[in-house]
Amino acid sequence: MQRIINFVLRYRNTFLYVFFAFIALVMTIRSHSYHQSKFFNSSRWVSGSIYGAGADVSSYFNLTKENKRLVEENQRLRKMLFNAQFDSIQPLDSTLAVYQVLDAKLIKNSFTSPRNYVTIDKGESDGVHQDMGVITTDGILGIVENVSNNFATVQSVLNTKSNINAKIKGTEYFGSLIWDAKNYRVVQLIDIPRLVPVVVGDTIVTGGMSSIFPENVPIGTIKKYDLNASQSFYNIDVELFSDMANIKNVYLIENRDKEEIEELESRTIE
Amino acid sequence: MSSTLIINILRFVLLVITQVLIFNNLNFLGFINPFVYVIFFYWYPIKTNRAIFMLSAFLLGLAIDIFSDTLALNALASVTIAYARPSIMRFCFGVNYDFQSFSFKNTTKVQRVTFLTLLVILHHLIFFSFEILSIAHILLILKKVLATGMVTLILCVLFSSLFSPKSE
Repeated sequence: MQRIINFVLRYRNTFLYVFFAFIALVMTIRSHSYHQSKFFNSSRWVSGSIYGAGADVSSYFNLTKENKRLVEENQRLRKMLFNAQFDSIQPLDSTLAVYQVLDAKLIKNSFTSPRNYVTIDKGESDGVHQDMGVITTDGILGIVENVSNNFATVQSVLNTKSNINAKIKGTEYFGSLIWDAKNYRVVQLIDIPRLVPVVVGDTIVTGGMSSIFPENVPIGTIKKYDLNASQSFYNIDVELFSDMANIKNVYLIENRDKEEIEELESRTIE
Repeated sequence: MSSTLIINILRFVLLVITQVLIFNNLNFLGFINPFVYVIFFYWYPIKTNRAIFMLSAFLLGLAIDIFSDTLALNALASVTIAYARPSIMRFCFGVNYDFQSFSFKNTTKVQRVTFLTLLVILHHLIFFSFEILSIAHILLILKKVLATGMVTLILCVLFSSLFSPKSE
Protein backbone atom coordinates (compact mmCIF):
# COMPACT_ATOMS: atom_id res chain seq x y z
CA MET A 1 0.00 0.00 0.00
CA GLN A 2 2.81 2.34 1.01
CA ARG A 3 4.50 1.70 -2.29
CA ILE A 4 1.38 2.40 -4.30
CA ILE A 5 0.90 5.71 -2.50
CA ASN A 6 4.54 6.60 -3.04
CA PHE A 7 4.21 5.70 -6.69
CA VAL A 8 1.13 7.90 -7.11
CA LEU A 9 2.79 10.77 -5.24
CA ARG A 10 5.91 10.52 -7.34
CA TYR A 11 4.05 10.61 -10.62
CA ARG A 12 1.24 12.91 -9.50
CA ASN A 13 1.96 15.42 -12.26
CA THR A 14 1.79 12.73 -14.90
CA PHE A 15 -1.49 11.52 -13.48
CA LEU A 16 -2.81 15.06 -13.47
CA TYR A 17 -1.73 15.49 -17.08
CA VAL A 18 -3.41 12.24 -18.11
CA PHE A 19 -6.55 13.37 -16.30
CA PHE A 20 -6.69 16.76 -18.07
CA ALA A 21 -5.79 15.27 -21.44
CA PHE A 22 -8.52 12.67 -20.98
CA ILE A 23 -11.16 15.33 -20.27
CA ALA A 24 -10.04 17.33 -23.30
CA LEU A 25 -10.00 14.24 -25.52
CA VAL A 26 -13.45 13.13 -24.42
CA MET A 27 -14.84 16.58 -25.11
CA THR A 28 -13.16 16.62 -28.51
CA ILE A 29 -13.83 13.12 -29.77
CA ARG A 30 -17.42 12.93 -28.59
CA SER A 31 -18.23 16.09 -30.46
CA HIS A 32 -16.32 14.90 -33.54
CA SER A 33 -18.80 12.15 -34.10
CA TYR A 34 -21.83 14.04 -32.92
CA HIS A 35 -22.52 17.74 -32.72
CA GLN A 36 -20.71 20.86 -31.77
CA SER A 37 -20.00 21.00 -28.07
CA LYS A 38 -23.30 21.86 -26.38
CA PHE A 39 -21.92 23.83 -23.46
CA PHE A 40 -18.60 25.16 -24.69
CA ASN A 41 -19.49 27.19 -27.73
CA SER A 42 -19.45 30.84 -28.62
CA SER A 43 -23.20 31.34 -28.39
CA ARG A 44 -22.80 31.53 -24.61
CA TRP A 45 -23.45 34.81 -22.90
CA VAL A 46 -19.89 35.85 -21.98
CA SER A 47 -18.27 34.96 -25.29
CA GLY A 48 -21.26 36.21 -27.27
CA SER A 49 -21.16 39.60 -25.56
CA ILE A 50 -17.42 40.02 -26.04
CA TYR A 51 -17.73 39.13 -29.73
CA GLY A 52 -20.68 41.51 -29.97
CA ALA A 53 -18.59 44.34 -28.56
CA GLY A 54 -15.74 43.47 -30.96
CA ALA A 55 -18.13 43.37 -33.92
CA ASP A 56 -19.60 46.74 -32.94
CA VAL A 57 -16.18 48.29 -33.47
CA SER A 58 -15.05 46.35 -36.51
CA SER A 59 -18.34 46.70 -38.39
CA TYR A 60 -17.56 50.38 -39.05
CA PHE A 61 -14.53 49.51 -41.11
CA ASN A 62 -16.41 48.11 -44.09
CA LEU A 63 -19.75 49.85 -43.90
CA THR A 64 -19.39 51.26 -47.42
CA LYS A 65 -18.65 47.89 -48.98
CA GLU A 66 -21.43 46.22 -47.03
CA ASN A 67 -23.96 48.88 -48.03
CA LYS A 68 -22.97 48.53 -51.66
CA ARG A 69 -23.50 44.79 -51.46
CA LEU A 70 -26.94 45.18 -49.90
CA VAL A 71 -27.95 47.73 -52.53
CA GLU A 72 -26.82 45.36 -55.27
CA GLU A 73 -28.91 42.63 -53.73
CA ASN A 74 -31.92 44.94 -53.50
CA GLN A 75 -31.46 45.85 -57.14
CA ARG A 76 -31.38 42.18 -58.12
CA LEU A 77 -34.49 41.42 -56.08
CA ARG A 78 -36.33 44.46 -57.48
CA LYS A 79 -35.55 43.29 -60.99
CA MET A 80 -36.94 39.87 -60.18
CA LEU A 81 -40.00 41.42 -58.60
CA PHE A 82 -40.80 43.66 -61.56
CA ASN A 83 -40.36 40.85 -64.04
CA ALA A 84 -42.21 38.21 -62.05
CA GLN A 85 -45.49 37.00 -63.42
CA PHE A 86 -47.69 37.52 -60.42
CA ASP A 87 -50.78 35.48 -60.02
CA SER A 88 -53.54 37.87 -58.98
CA ILE A 89 -55.07 35.36 -56.59
CA GLN A 90 -51.75 34.62 -54.86
CA PRO A 91 -52.14 35.52 -51.19
CA LEU A 92 -49.86 38.24 -49.87
CA ASP A 93 -50.73 37.43 -46.29
CA SER A 94 -47.42 36.79 -44.55
CA THR A 95 -48.98 34.36 -42.07
CA LEU A 96 -49.70 32.01 -44.97
CA ALA A 97 -46.14 32.11 -46.34
CA VAL A 98 -44.25 28.85 -45.86
CA TYR A 99 -40.86 30.47 -45.53
CA GLN A 100 -40.18 33.17 -42.99
CA VAL A 101 -37.01 35.28 -43.19
CA LEU A 102 -35.14 36.89 -40.29
CA ASP A 103 -32.06 39.06 -40.52
CA ALA A 104 -28.93 38.84 -38.39
CA LYS A 105 -25.37 40.12 -38.23
CA LEU A 106 -22.28 37.99 -38.03
CA ILE A 107 -20.26 38.71 -34.92
CA LYS A 108 -17.65 36.00 -35.37
CA ASN A 109 -16.54 34.54 -38.67
CA SER A 110 -14.28 31.53 -39.15
CA PHE A 111 -13.20 29.73 -42.32
CA THR A 112 -9.72 28.38 -41.71
CA SER A 113 -10.33 25.36 -39.51
CA PRO A 114 -11.79 22.07 -40.78
CA ARG A 115 -14.89 22.60 -38.64
CA ASN A 116 -15.97 26.18 -38.94
CA TYR A 117 -18.72 27.71 -36.86
CA VAL A 118 -19.79 31.32 -37.13
CA THR A 119 -21.69 33.26 -34.46
CA ILE A 120 -24.62 35.59 -35.13
CA ASP A 121 -26.22 38.25 -32.94
CA LYS A 122 -29.77 36.84 -32.86
CA GLY A 123 -30.94 34.14 -30.49
CA GLU A 124 -33.94 32.43 -29.02
CA SER A 125 -35.57 35.71 -27.95
CA ASP A 126 -35.57 36.81 -31.61
CA GLY A 127 -37.19 33.60 -32.81
CA VAL A 128 -34.07 31.74 -33.89
CA HIS A 129 -34.00 28.02 -33.27
CA GLN A 130 -31.92 25.01 -34.19
CA ASP A 131 -31.76 23.83 -37.84
CA MET A 132 -32.78 27.07 -39.46
CA GLY A 133 -31.05 27.69 -42.79
CA VAL A 134 -28.68 30.66 -43.03
CA ILE A 135 -27.91 32.44 -46.31
CA THR A 136 -25.82 35.47 -47.22
CA THR A 137 -26.64 38.10 -49.83
CA ASP A 138 -24.98 35.92 -52.48
CA GLY A 139 -25.43 32.28 -51.50
CA ILE A 140 -25.76 29.85 -48.65
CA LEU A 141 -23.82 29.97 -45.41
CA GLY A 142 -24.95 27.09 -43.20
CA ILE A 143 -27.38 25.75 -40.62
CA VAL A 144 -28.07 27.00 -37.08
CA GLU A 145 -26.58 24.61 -34.57
CA ASN A 146 -26.72 26.02 -31.02
CA VAL A 147 -28.95 28.78 -29.76
CA SER A 148 -28.70 30.81 -26.55
CA ASN A 149 -30.93 33.67 -25.51
CA ASN A 150 -29.31 36.38 -27.61
CA PHE A 151 -26.83 34.58 -29.82
CA ALA A 152 -26.60 31.54 -32.04
CA THR A 153 -23.82 29.53 -33.65
CA VAL A 154 -24.10 28.41 -37.25
CA GLN A 155 -22.42 25.34 -38.71
CA SER A 156 -20.90 26.73 -41.88
CA VAL A 157 -20.87 24.82 -45.20
CA LEU A 158 -17.13 24.96 -44.62
CA ASN A 159 -17.40 22.21 -42.04
CA THR A 160 -16.43 18.59 -42.61
CA LYS A 161 -19.63 17.60 -40.79
CA SER A 162 -21.82 19.70 -43.07
CA ASN A 163 -23.98 17.80 -45.53
CA ILE A 164 -26.48 19.78 -47.57
CA ASN A 165 -28.80 18.63 -50.31
CA ALA A 166 -27.91 20.34 -53.61
CA LYS A 167 -28.63 19.93 -57.29
CA ILE A 168 -27.58 21.21 -60.69
CA LYS A 169 -29.79 24.15 -61.60
CA GLY A 170 -32.53 23.31 -64.05
CA THR A 171 -32.30 19.54 -63.52
CA GLU A 172 -33.63 17.28 -60.79
CA TYR A 173 -30.36 15.41 -60.21
CA PHE A 174 -29.38 16.02 -56.63
CA GLY A 175 -26.37 15.13 -54.52
CA SER A 176 -24.74 16.02 -51.22
CA LEU A 177 -22.66 19.12 -50.65
CA ILE A 178 -19.64 18.40 -48.46
CA TRP A 179 -16.28 20.04 -47.78
CA ASP A 180 -12.80 18.50 -47.90
CA ALA A 181 -11.28 21.23 -45.65
CA LYS A 182 -8.74 22.24 -48.28
CA ASN A 183 -9.90 25.52 -49.78
CA TYR A 184 -12.45 27.88 -48.30
CA ARG A 185 -13.68 28.99 -51.71
CA VAL A 186 -14.43 25.49 -52.99
CA VAL A 187 -16.86 22.84 -51.71
CA GLN A 188 -17.60 19.40 -53.16
CA LEU A 189 -20.80 18.01 -54.60
CA ILE A 190 -20.90 14.22 -54.56
CA ASP A 191 -23.35 11.48 -55.59
CA ILE A 192 -24.34 13.01 -58.92
CA PRO A 193 -24.89 10.01 -61.24
CA ARG A 194 -22.56 9.52 -64.19
CA LEU A 195 -25.25 9.84 -66.83
CA VAL A 196 -25.95 13.47 -65.95
CA PRO A 197 -24.46 15.93 -68.43
CA VAL A 198 -22.12 18.10 -66.32
CA VAL A 199 -20.57 21.27 -67.74
CA VAL A 200 -17.96 23.47 -66.09
CA GLY A 201 -19.62 26.76 -65.17
CA ASP A 202 -23.06 25.33 -64.46
CA THR A 203 -24.82 26.72 -61.42
CA ILE A 204 -25.41 24.60 -58.32
CA VAL A 205 -28.45 25.41 -56.17
CA THR A 206 -30.01 23.86 -53.09
CA GLY A 207 -32.26 20.88 -53.76
CA GLY A 208 -35.80 20.42 -52.62
CA MET A 209 -35.09 17.30 -50.58
CA SER A 210 -34.33 19.08 -47.33
CA SER A 211 -36.80 20.96 -45.21
CA ILE A 212 -34.12 23.44 -44.12
CA PHE A 213 -33.44 25.45 -47.26
CA PRO A 214 -36.03 26.41 -49.86
CA GLU A 215 -35.35 25.04 -53.33
CA ASN A 216 -33.10 26.97 -55.74
CA VAL A 217 -31.04 29.03 -53.32
CA PRO A 218 -27.80 29.69 -55.24
CA ILE A 219 -24.66 27.96 -53.96
CA GLY A 220 -21.93 28.26 -56.59
CA THR A 221 -20.67 27.24 -60.01
CA ILE A 222 -18.97 24.04 -61.16
CA LYS A 223 -15.23 24.54 -61.20
CA LYS A 224 -14.08 21.09 -62.23
CA TYR A 225 -15.34 17.54 -62.05
CA ASP A 226 -14.17 13.94 -62.28
CA LEU A 227 -15.56 10.48 -61.63
CA ASN A 228 -15.16 8.92 -58.21
CA ALA A 229 -13.30 5.68 -57.46
CA SER A 230 -16.18 3.43 -58.47
CA GLN A 231 -16.55 5.32 -61.78
CA SER A 232 -20.30 5.68 -61.34
CA PHE A 233 -20.71 9.04 -59.63
CA TYR A 234 -19.21 12.46 -60.17
CA ASN A 235 -17.12 14.36 -57.65
CA ILE A 236 -17.74 17.99 -58.51
CA ASP A 237 -15.76 20.95 -57.20
CA VAL A 238 -18.11 23.87 -56.65
CA GLU A 239 -16.82 27.42 -56.36
CA LEU A 240 -18.99 29.25 -53.84
CA PHE A 241 -20.86 32.45 -54.70
CA SER A 242 -20.55 33.83 -51.17
CA ASP A 243 -17.16 35.15 -50.21
CA MET A 244 -16.84 33.26 -46.93
CA ALA A 245 -14.01 35.48 -45.74
CA ASN A 246 -16.13 38.60 -45.85
CA ILE A 247 -19.67 38.24 -44.54
CA LYS A 248 -21.57 40.71 -42.42
CA ASN A 249 -25.33 40.55 -42.96
CA VAL A 250 -27.08 37.21 -43.18
CA TYR A 251 -30.66 35.96 -43.44
CA LEU A 252 -32.19 33.11 -41.48
CA ILE A 253 -34.85 31.05 -43.18
CA GLU A 254 -37.54 29.27 -41.29
CA ASN A 255 -39.68 26.65 -42.94
CA ARG A 256 -43.06 26.63 -41.23
CA ASP A 257 -43.93 23.22 -42.61
CA LYS A 258 -40.71 21.70 -41.30
CA GLU A 259 -42.14 20.17 -38.14
CA GLU A 260 -45.02 18.66 -40.01
CA ILE A 261 -42.70 17.19 -42.66
CA GLU A 262 -40.32 15.80 -40.07
CA GLU A 263 -43.06 14.32 -37.96
CA LEU A 264 -44.57 12.64 -40.99
CA GLU A 265 -41.18 11.29 -42.06
CA SER A 266 -40.36 9.90 -38.64
CA ARG A 267 -43.76 8.23 -38.46
CA THR A 268 -43.24 6.68 -41.89
CA ILE A 269 -39.86 5.22 -40.93
CA GLU A 270 -41.32 3.60 -37.82
CA MET B 1 4.35 36.60 -4.50
CA SER B 2 0.87 37.99 -4.89
CA SER B 3 2.08 40.45 -7.52
CA THR B 4 3.16 37.47 -9.67
CA LEU B 5 -0.32 36.05 -9.26
CA ILE B 6 -1.98 39.30 -10.33
CA ILE B 7 0.38 39.66 -13.28
CA ASN B 8 -0.43 36.14 -14.41
CA ILE B 9 -4.19 36.62 -14.10
CA LEU B 10 -3.94 39.86 -16.08
CA ARG B 11 -1.80 38.13 -18.68
CA PHE B 12 -4.33 35.31 -18.90
CA VAL B 13 -7.26 37.65 -19.57
CA LEU B 14 -5.37 39.92 -21.97
CA LEU B 15 -3.98 36.97 -23.93
CA VAL B 16 -7.45 35.41 -24.31
CA ILE B 17 -8.89 38.70 -25.52
CA THR B 18 -6.09 39.51 -27.98
CA GLN B 19 -6.12 35.93 -29.25
CA VAL B 20 -9.85 35.75 -29.97
CA LEU B 21 -10.46 39.31 -31.11
CA ILE B 22 -7.29 39.94 -33.10
CA PHE B 23 -5.25 36.87 -33.95
CA ASN B 24 -8.17 34.53 -34.65
CA ASN B 25 -9.32 37.00 -37.31
CA LEU B 26 -5.96 37.52 -38.92
CA ASN B 27 -6.47 34.93 -41.69
CA PHE B 28 -3.09 35.78 -43.15
CA LEU B 29 -2.72 34.22 -46.64
CA GLY B 30 -6.20 32.83 -46.18
CA PHE B 31 -5.47 30.26 -43.47
CA ILE B 32 -2.84 31.43 -40.97
CA ASN B 33 -4.23 32.33 -37.54
CA PRO B 34 -1.27 32.34 -35.16
CA PHE B 35 -1.72 31.12 -31.58
CA VAL B 36 0.05 33.94 -29.84
CA TYR B 37 -1.25 32.84 -26.42
CA VAL B 38 1.49 30.17 -26.40
CA ILE B 39 3.73 32.90 -25.02
CA PHE B 40 1.89 32.45 -21.70
CA PHE B 41 3.90 29.27 -21.22
CA TYR B 42 7.12 31.10 -21.98
CA TRP B 43 6.38 33.88 -19.50
CA TYR B 44 5.02 31.70 -16.70
CA PRO B 45 7.33 31.64 -13.65
CA ILE B 46 9.89 28.85 -13.71
CA LYS B 47 9.79 27.79 -10.06
CA THR B 48 6.18 26.92 -9.71
CA ASN B 49 3.69 24.35 -8.57
CA ARG B 50 3.26 22.15 -11.62
CA ALA B 51 -0.30 21.19 -10.74
CA ILE B 52 -1.45 24.82 -10.68
CA PHE B 53 0.50 25.47 -13.88
CA MET B 54 -1.32 22.64 -15.66
CA LEU B 55 -4.67 23.73 -14.28
CA SER B 56 -4.15 27.28 -15.55
CA ALA B 57 -2.99 25.87 -18.90
CA PHE B 58 -6.18 23.84 -19.16
CA LEU B 59 -8.35 26.83 -18.29
CA LEU B 60 -6.50 29.08 -20.73
CA GLY B 61 -6.94 26.56 -23.53
CA LEU B 62 -10.59 26.00 -22.68
CA ALA B 63 -11.32 29.74 -22.59
CA ILE B 64 -9.93 30.09 -26.09
CA ASP B 65 -11.83 26.97 -27.22
CA ILE B 66 -15.12 28.43 -26.04
CA PHE B 67 -14.52 31.55 -28.08
CA SER B 68 -13.32 29.86 -31.23
CA ASP B 69 -15.67 26.82 -31.19
CA THR B 70 -12.79 24.38 -31.35
CA LEU B 71 -14.17 21.78 -28.88
CA ALA B 72 -11.28 21.24 -26.41
CA LEU B 73 -8.36 21.25 -28.83
CA ASN B 74 -6.59 24.28 -27.41
CA ALA B 75 -7.03 22.87 -23.90
CA LEU B 76 -5.43 19.58 -24.95
CA ALA B 77 -2.50 21.29 -26.67
CA SER B 78 -1.92 23.72 -23.77
CA VAL B 79 -1.99 21.05 -21.08
CA THR B 80 0.49 19.02 -23.09
CA ILE B 81 3.00 21.84 -23.43
CA ALA B 82 2.52 22.72 -19.77
CA TYR B 83 3.33 19.12 -18.87
CA ALA B 84 6.29 18.97 -21.25
CA ARG B 85 7.74 22.36 -20.31
CA PRO B 86 10.24 21.14 -17.66
CA SER B 87 11.69 18.59 -20.08
CA ILE B 88 11.92 21.15 -22.85
CA MET B 89 13.64 23.58 -20.47
CA ARG B 90 16.11 20.91 -19.43
CA PHE B 91 16.84 20.31 -23.10
CA CYS B 92 17.32 24.00 -23.90
CA PHE B 93 18.98 25.40 -20.77
CA GLY B 94 20.87 22.35 -19.52
CA VAL B 95 20.26 20.27 -16.40
CA ASN B 96 20.89 23.00 -13.84
CA TYR B 97 18.00 25.25 -14.80
CA ASP B 98 16.03 24.49 -11.64
CA PHE B 99 18.77 25.88 -9.39
CA GLN B 100 17.96 28.99 -7.40
CA SER B 101 20.25 31.24 -9.38
CA PHE B 102 18.73 30.47 -12.75
CA SER B 103 16.93 33.23 -14.61
CA PHE B 104 16.24 34.07 -18.24
CA LYS B 105 18.85 36.82 -18.02
CA ASN B 106 21.67 34.27 -17.84
CA THR B 107 20.61 32.52 -21.02
CA THR B 108 21.51 33.31 -24.57
CA LYS B 109 19.02 34.51 -27.16
CA VAL B 110 19.46 31.27 -29.11
CA GLN B 111 18.49 29.20 -26.07
CA ARG B 112 15.34 31.23 -25.49
CA VAL B 113 14.28 31.11 -29.12
CA THR B 114 14.86 27.35 -29.18
CA PHE B 115 12.71 27.00 -26.08
CA LEU B 116 9.94 29.05 -27.67
CA THR B 117 10.23 27.15 -30.98
CA LEU B 118 9.83 23.79 -29.27
CA LEU B 119 6.79 25.02 -27.31
CA VAL B 120 5.18 26.37 -30.49
CA ILE B 121 5.87 23.29 -32.61
CA LEU B 122 4.58 20.87 -29.97
CA HIS B 123 1.45 22.95 -29.44
CA HIS B 124 0.70 23.28 -33.15
CA LEU B 125 1.40 19.62 -33.91
CA ILE B 126 -1.10 18.49 -31.30
CA PHE B 127 -3.65 21.14 -32.17
CA PHE B 128 -3.73 20.54 -35.92
CA SER B 129 -3.45 16.73 -35.75
CA PHE B 130 -6.43 16.47 -33.46
CA GLU B 131 -8.32 19.17 -35.30
CA ILE B 132 -8.29 17.23 -38.56
CA LEU B 133 -7.85 13.75 -37.07
CA SER B 134 -7.18 11.98 -40.34
CA ILE B 135 -4.02 10.40 -41.75
CA ALA B 136 -5.18 11.22 -45.28
CA HIS B 137 -4.73 14.92 -44.53
CA ILE B 138 -1.15 14.56 -43.26
CA LEU B 139 0.22 17.03 -45.82
CA LEU B 140 -2.42 19.59 -44.90
CA ILE B 141 -1.54 19.15 -41.21
CA LEU B 142 2.18 19.62 -41.86
CA LYS B 143 1.55 22.66 -44.04
CA LYS B 144 -0.59 24.24 -41.34
CA VAL B 145 1.88 23.41 -38.55
CA LEU B 146 4.82 24.88 -40.46
CA ALA B 147 3.11 27.99 -41.79
CA THR B 148 1.15 28.87 -38.66
CA GLY B 149 4.06 27.88 -36.42
CA MET B 150 6.39 30.21 -38.27
CA VAL B 151 4.05 33.19 -37.88
CA THR B 152 3.34 32.35 -34.23
CA LEU B 153 7.05 32.12 -33.52
CA ILE B 154 7.84 35.47 -35.13
CA LEU B 155 5.01 37.16 -33.23
CA CYS B 156 5.99 35.49 -29.94
CA VAL B 157 9.63 36.58 -30.30
CA LEU B 158 8.44 40.12 -30.99
CA PHE B 159 6.06 40.02 -28.03
CA SER B 160 8.69 38.61 -25.70
CA SER B 161 11.14 41.38 -26.51
CA LEU B 162 8.42 44.05 -26.39
CA PHE B 163 6.98 43.11 -23.01
CA SER B 164 9.83 41.37 -21.21
CA PRO B 165 8.72 40.67 -17.63
CA LYS B 166 10.72 42.63 -15.08
CA SER B 167 10.37 40.13 -12.26
CA GLU B 168 12.49 37.47 -13.96
